Parts: sequence; structure tokens; C-alpha cells
Amino acid sequence: MGKNVSNFGKTYLTLGFIFLYLPILILIIFSFNESKLVTVWGGFSTKWYGELLRDEQMLGAAWMSFKIAFLAASAAVVIGTMASIVMVRMGQFKGRAAFTSMITAPLVMPEVITGLSLLLLFVAMAQTIGWPAGRGMLTILIAHITFCTAFVAVVVSSRLREMDASLEEAARDLGAPPWKVFFLITLPIIAPALISGWLLAFTLSLDDLVIASFVSGPGSTTLPMVVYSSVRLGISPKINALATIIVLLASTGVLTAWWWAQRVETRSIKLPANIS
Amino acid sequence: MSWGWRSVIGVPYVWLTLFFLVPFVIVFKISFSEMAYAIPPYTDLMTWADQQLTLSLNFGNYSYLFTDDLYIRAYLSSIRIAGISTVICLLVAYPIAYAIARAEPATRNALLMLVILPSWTSFLIRIYAWVGILKNNGLINNFLMWLGIIDQPIAMLNTEFAVYIGIVYAYLPFMVLPLYTNLMKLDSSLLEAASDLGAAPWKVFMTVTLPLSKAGMIAGSMLVFIPAVGEFVIPDMLGGAETLMIGKVLWQEFFNNRDWPVASAVAIVMLLLLLLPITLFHRYQSRELGN
Repeated sequence: MGKNVSNFGKTYLTLGFIFLYLPILILIIFSFNESKLVTVWGGFSTKWYGELLRDEQMLGAAWMSFKIAFLAASAAVVIGTMASIVMVRMGQFKGRAAFTSMITAPLVMPEVITGLSLLLLFVAMAQTIGWPAGRGMLTILIAHITFCTAFVAVVVSSRLREMDASLEEAARDLGAPPWKVFFLITLPIIAPALISGWLLAFTLSLDDLVIASFVSGPGSTTLPMVVYSSVRLGISPKINALATIIVLLASTGVLTAWWWAQRVETRSIKLPANIS
Repeated sequence: MSWGWRSVIGVPYVWLTLFFLVPFVIVFKISFSEMAYAIPPYTDLMTWADQQLTLSLNFGNYSYLFTDDLYIRAYLSSIRIAGISTVICLLVAYPIAYAIARAEPATRNALLMLVILPSWTSFLIRIYAWVGILKNNGLINNFLMWLGIIDQPIAMLNTEFAVYIGIVYAYLPFMVLPLYTNLMKLDSSLLEAASDLGAAPWKVFMTVTLPLSKAGMIAGSMLVFIPAVGEFVIPDMLGGAETLMIGKVLWQEFFNNRDWPVASAVAIVMLLLLLLPITLFHRYQSRELGN
């Protein structure tokens, strides 16, 4: 496409970014508000951060969410990568259509439906085979792995498709067995996509309220569940403090990953030029 | 096929079948059972007594959905709210995607990253941010009253208007991304050819760019519309009691009334309504996923 953005385009983009970032900025500003009223400025204070750090329930839920997100993202990267290899490299096989629908449908499926259906599955399984015995961290984890797998598969398969397949062919022609081709050639090339897939899955899991509410049990409260119940009671500056921490961590993480990906990208573009 | 390949297909296939496909079959089954004060709180469809296998299908949940007009109104208003939000989202996102696609390659990635960045922070908290802005004593009302434009606060929170803002705000990146991808693939020589032949810039846009970005518009719209129909958090936090949406009805049926069979029937009807949009999205996405 063309190379220039008109003044209209620049103004529009600026307005768009104000729309996206102003609410977040306001949240951050009011997290330092002395007053309990979130909309009236009562002087600078960091007391809400102190209160947040003393909130045992909040910290416990945050740790629970972190564990689930870490495990769910790791498992989803493994299963999602397998799924994308199947979709991009396998060609036609029996049941391919069903397979791709099971990858694309979770991307848009309303969360209330996914949550309800998984809960009913867990209940039916507990009735017939006695497993999972109760609902808790394990059931949330299974639910998260399932929807995260779909997102990872989309991210990884787009990278896999862009990748030069002749490198794999060359390795195969030279006699490398398929697993060796995968671990020595394919995996290093698609590694950035695995990392962004993992980060995406981690965030999605950390963020999920609806599905976790359906499949959780007593004693397995995740961070969004605690945030939701305290937000229902009204606005609280403590939630603003939590929001600020989340925004800070997420943007540091994303910016680092982005900067790193940019560097890898420019290096891989320069490399062939040096060889030739 | 070797053992290795079988397991590469097998693991994701079995996982998704068991935890994505089978659950829908169970929801379908339970939508035909009756609520019971037991654990689990529904009756079995098949019972075995006196050497008789009895299959009892209860269509009561479905007929209930169509007799109590709460449900029909909730389905219709969900579709209306999701539809209007999708159109607003498309109108807001298209110029953003277009401007990013036309930017210098170096700034392009940074701009795209800035669009996506908010969705990496908590969805719940971004919706919560709007509560403080839209409330009666919130920032907008305080500001307008300070300016002297109004002397009574305008009710914005707990209205349908707030739900539109919430959906557009939360789902905007999902609309921008497919549009951007689509516009980037656009063959620039077609645009040049059109303008070389004397077409005005707006005409080039209307006759070349817009029709060629149809696939991106459909994908983005479905990515917004389908989840928005079943949205729970946004109508619950911003819509108030007045705004009726089916995701909220399902939630209340399940958590407040503890009527699992009716909740299942609500889910099945929602799924049937979304079947067409999901198929549309799937057609686009499988073209993207395949070769």
C-alpha cells in the first residue's frame, strides 16, 4: 500500500489511541488518590497499594491465577503447536474439517456457553467414572488449556505457513528423521511464535472470569473472581491499585517481547543477504 | 502413517473432542431433563426400573423459553446490541486499520502494537474503568457540570449506551487486526492502476479497496459479534438491570436460580442462533489456517 498517512489519518489515529488509553490512564491516576471516592481527587497517596499488599484473599487468588495461567499456557503451547503442524503440514486426512472447526470455534464461542458446557462435562464425568472428584484448580486448568490451545494454534500456524518449507525438505532429503527435522529445523524457526502464543495464552488464562466461575469449586478462587466480587460492591481504589500493577507488568512484558521480536526479525532479514 | 504422526494428530484431536465437542452433547442432553433438588440438580433421561428402560425427554425447558417472553426479548436485544456494536466497531476500526496499513513499515509495527497492548491488560479492569467515567458522579458528568453545560447529571451508566461503549472499547483490537492483515495483502498495483486511469482517491477507495477488504470486514465483524451476543461482564457491569442480554440471563439461571436444565436450553438456542455467524467465521478462518 501507499507510504503516506494523510493528516486526517494522523488525527484519527491519535483520537483512536486517546479512546484506548485515556480510561486506563484515569484508572492509574486515581490509584494514587488519598480519597476513597474514585472520582474526586483528595491528594496524593500510596495507601491503597499498602492495603492491596495486606489483602490475603487477593494475594492468594493472584497466586492461584498465576499457577493456573503458567501451567495452562505451557500445556496449550504443546497441544496448540501439534494442532498447527497437523493443519499446516499434514494436507488432507479424514476428519480434517471437524478438526479445524474445533480449532476455530473456541475463538469466538461465548464464554457462558463454554463455561456451562465444561461444567456439565465435569459433573457427568465425576458421576460416571469418578474423575475429576471435585471441582477446583484442576478443572479450571483443563478448561483454560482447552480454549488457550485454539489461540496458540492460530498464532503458531500463521508462522508455520510463512516459514520456508524447503529447509525442512532439505533436512529430510539429507536423511534426518521427522522428529529431528522438527526439533532442529522447525522449532528454532517458529520459536518466536511459540513465545507469543505462550504469552497470549498466559494472559487469556489470567484474565478469565466467566469460564472459571462455572468450573471452579470451593477453595479455588482466581484473581478475576475476587476482583469481580469486590467491583460488584462498588468502586474501590484498591482495584485501581491492582489495575496499575497489572498494566505495568503487562506493558513491560509485551514491550520487551515486542522489542526482542523486532530484533530477531531484522536479524533474520539481514542474514540471507550476508550469505548471498 | 507412522506412530509419531498418529500421536501428533491424536493428542490435540482427542483433547478437543473430549473437552470441546463432547460437552456440547452433554448440554444438549441436559436441556431435555428436569430440574431436581439433588446432586447433580437434574433428572436422568434414562431410568431402569421393573425391567423397563424408560427414556423421558422433557421439552418443557424449550417451551418455557418460548412462553416466558423474557427469553425471547433477551435473545432479540442481545442480537440488536451486538449488531449495533459491531457496526460501530467496524466504523471506528476501519480508518485505524487503514491508517496503520499506510504508515511507514517502521512505525507500522509500533502502531499495531499500541492497538493490541490494552487487550493484554485485564478485560475486567478495562470495563471497570468505564464505571468510574460514566457514573452519575463520574468524570464525564463532573466535568460537564464544572463547565456549566449541564446542571443535572446525565444517566449514562446502567444504560444500553454504556454497553455499546464497553463492547466497542473491549473488542476494537479484534476488529482492527483482521482488517489490517487484509489491507496489507492488498495488491498496491491495483490502486495505482485505478488512479493512473484517472479515478479520484475516494473512488479508488470505494471501488477497489473497500470491496477487496470484504474478507477482513467479515472476519472482524464475526470476531466481535459472536462473543458480544453472549457477553456477560459488559452488560452486567455497565448495563444495569434494565439492559437485557442472554449471556446475563444464562448466568442468572445457572448461578441464582440453580436451574441447570433451563440454562442448558438457553445455551442450545443461543448456539443455534450463532450457527450461521460461526460458520461464516469458520469459512474465513479455515482459509487462513489451511494453505
